[in-house]
Amino acid sequence: MTPLVRGLLVFGFAAAVIYPFLVPNYLVNIAMLMFFTAFIGQSWNISGGFAGQTSFGHAVFFGVGAYTSTILQVTHGWNAWLAWPASMAMGGAVGCMIAMLSFRAGLKGSYFALITLAFAEVFRILANSVGFTRGGLGMLIKADQRPENFQFKDSIWIYYLAFALCIVSLLIAWQLTRSRFGARLVAIRENEDAARALGIDVFTEKVKVLTLSGAMCAAGGTFYAQKYLYIDPSIAFGIDKSVEMLLVTMVGGAGTIFGPLIGSVALTFINEATRWVASAVPALKNVQPLSLIVYGIMLMLIVARLPDGLMSLFAAKVLGRKQRHA
Amino acid sequence: MVDPAIILAGVLNGLLAGGIYVLVAVGLTLIYGVLHIINFAHGSLLMLAMYAVFFLWRLLGVDPYLALPIVIGGAFVFGFVLYRLLIGRFSHGKDENILLITLGVSIVADNAALLFFGGDTETIAVPYAGEIIQFGAAFLPLPKVVSFVAALVLCAVLGLFMARSDTGKAIRAVAKERQGARLVGIDVEKIFAISYGIGIGCLGAAACLLMPTFYVTPQSGYAFVLVAFTIVVLGGMGSFLGAAVGGFLIGVTESLGGLFLGEQLGQIGISLIFILILLFKPTGLFGSKA
Amino acid sequence: MLEVRELSKSFGGLKAVDKASLDVRQGEIVALIGPNGAGKTTLFAAIAGFHRPDTGRVALDGRDITGLPPHKICAAGMVRTFQITQPFAKISVRDNIMVGAYLASPDRGLARKLAEAVAAQVGMEDQLDQMGADLTVAGRKRLELARALATGPRLLLLDEVMAGLNPSEIVDIVAVIKGIAKAGVTVLLIEHVMQAVTSLAERVYVLNQGRMIAEGTPAGIANNPEVVEAYLGHGAAKVLRA
Repeated sequence: MTPLVRGLLVFGFAAAVIYPFLVPNYLVNIAMLMFFTAFIGQSWNISGGFAGQTSFGHAVFFGVGAYTSTILQVTHGWNAWLAWPASMAMGGAVGCMIAMLSFRAGLKGSYFALITLAFAEVFRILANSVGFTRGGLGMLIKADQRPENFQFKDSIWIYYLAFALCIVSLLIAWQLTRSRFGARLVAIRENEDAARALGIDVFTEKVKVLTLSGAMCAAGGTFYAQKYLYIDPSIAFGIDKSVEMLLVTMVGGAGTIFGPLIGSVALTFINEATRWVASAVPALKNVQPLSLIVYGIMLMLIVARLPDGLMSLFAAKVLGRKQRHA
Repeated sequence: MVDPAIILAGVLNGLLAGGIYVLVAVGLTLIYGVLHIINFAHGSLLMLAMYAVFFLWRLLGVDPYLALPIVIGGAFVFGFVLYRLLIGRFSHGKDENILLITLGVSIVADNAALLFFGGDTETIAVPYAGEIIQFGAAFLPLPKVVSFVAALVLCAVLGLFMARSDTGKAIRAVAKERQGARLVGIDVEKIFAISYGIGIGCLGAAACLLMPTFYVTPQSGYAFVLVAFTIVVLGGMGSFLGAAVGGFLIGVTESLGGLFLGEQLGQIGISLIFILILLFKPTGLFGSKA
Repeated sequence: MLEVRELSKSFGGLKAVDKASLDVRQGEIVALIGPNGAGKTTLFAAIAGFHRPDTGRVALDGRDITGLPPHKICAAGMVRTFQITQPFAKISVRDNIMVGAYLASPDRGLARKLAEAVAAQVGMEDQLDQMGADLTVAGRKRLELARALATGPRLLLLDEVMAGLNPSEIVDIVAVIKGIAKAGVTVLLIEHVMQAVTSLAERVYVLNQGRMIAEGTPAGIANNPEVVEAYLGHGAAKVLRA
């Protein structure tokens, strides 16, 4: 790590810590969402970026996490903090199951992407139909804003929690870049046959990574449910969440430590910029689609021209590192 | 026990819907068969075509059925240009990349529709919407029957075009052996663009046939994309016969699923079929290889 | 050490390998030659677990490994390289080799040290920081070798490591392979470059149309009429002798 990088990291960390004291509340909220999106993006990045298993249905893990902890709380009276690890376990289990089925059948590339989408859709329809999720009505968590309930009166705490999640996810990704497990994932992404020849049990490693990714993403689902105290099948399992995770990672730089964070920062800026444009042009009544259009175009440009995402620009300019585009 | 007449009506309704699905799926399977790309934007482009039909009716009073030639032509040109400007440039290389490019197209299309057309559900109230024809014990809405027949005629026309015309022969040659086709002097890139255009043209036709009995929202694309993929995977990627049989099977599955499981849960059949086929018989019913 | 008995493998109706048998003894360098399309690579793939043989048996050190998946065979001490090189394009040469080196231990420091040692063994010590995609053909061939070697094999299956190299590069890599063998690794190689076969191999097997047609010393093989005909066509042996 060069001194410049270390300096940037320390500065970024310090800035994020004092940030909520310097800005109005709505900006704290925006940054909270930014860190949260970076976190769930990182969960996508671990399987989609490092291991190269592109998923179109990561919302399945997000939704399983959100519903597990919410049901445990609302229906079974669990404490939200205790329900959190349970939801991660469920997310991991679903990841493990989907991986075992899909990879046993030898699904790769686009086919894997599409089957994850179908799994998310199955879960969405089930959540819409069965009794214990209250169907399309969705589920409300009773507001009781005490820290021991995983609910915070002051938005600063939820901001710090999102920030902490983001840091944890960065540490996990960092660990992947310097461990045998991570090296094996990259080998599988780059060339599965060569990986097998070199003694890697490709199937098992892929199952492991989707389990890890599913558990992380489910943790994000619980966080989301605790922040908004409401979930329904479309929020939890809809394609929007799946696409959001994929987008921030692809745009920021798939398979890099900081890719999802950079993508999330970019998404946040685009959101705010379009909000600003929209306020100047009254004909634009709806801001969200405009920023997604910009993001869709960025996705295409990045896939076509900058396969390592914005991260590679950053790496080239700031770190002076040479990046290869294969 | 459900009354057999209701089941019969359900099957017939499913077959009628299936006719239009066939059209959608034939477009998707053609694009896959010739270009070897998975066109994730298929549903979103169908949604755009449906809006085109809607606005032709709303602004100019054009009947959806009369709009067929305009919308088919427009969709073909749109597809051709989209391929030439965007998709063709990236369609060689890793298959996830082209999947992501077409995902980008669908994100832009869906959100552009939301931005410009708003999120409301739009329908076309054609004067003949309420007319019913009796078929045995079943009563079938006239527009559905008309659409069904038209879809079959259009599929037959497309089949004839592929079998007889020079362009159709060139498309089949490229699908089978693109290097060989290039060697005998076929402009392969142009054939790719034409094939993509025809695939989208099928969506234009499907849009005209859907609108008299269906509705459109910016989310319609997503609703259709999984259905279209399920049909194509069920029939076997790249197989026309498969797309036809798959279209009818899925239409009936959806209709009977709705009948027995209810409107909500009934849709689960499609996703489950998709998953099961990919897991256990990825070549589908008529596909040659995965 | 390696024992292949009556191994057959077909694709569709085509018999790619037909009851082929071969033996490799500890410490040998053995070559497998044959005309294009003879089924050499298929035989390799079946031995290394990439294709499940239809019939026949593969044993390593007396242990039956027929039909085991490649990673288990690799862990048992036999590793293959690919004729069409398969570098991990977007990571460095060091990281490429480390993937192999991690087989022995999850320790990053150890893997790194081992990778660097192996790189020196194949003459890549100056290219450790290059990206896989940036290597020349010769570099890719060496990387294939290095990655396989880093898994610590007792038996190395090399699939045409010299194809596409120029004569001076071939001389270099022959020396590298000799060094590897001297360090105690047994080698079975598929090769087209006869000069390399003669200078490396103690014994040669000849595969033609899926069948093992001859076995012997390089010199003996070169004079075997059946082998000559396999390469040059029917009747060629007679013409050459005349």
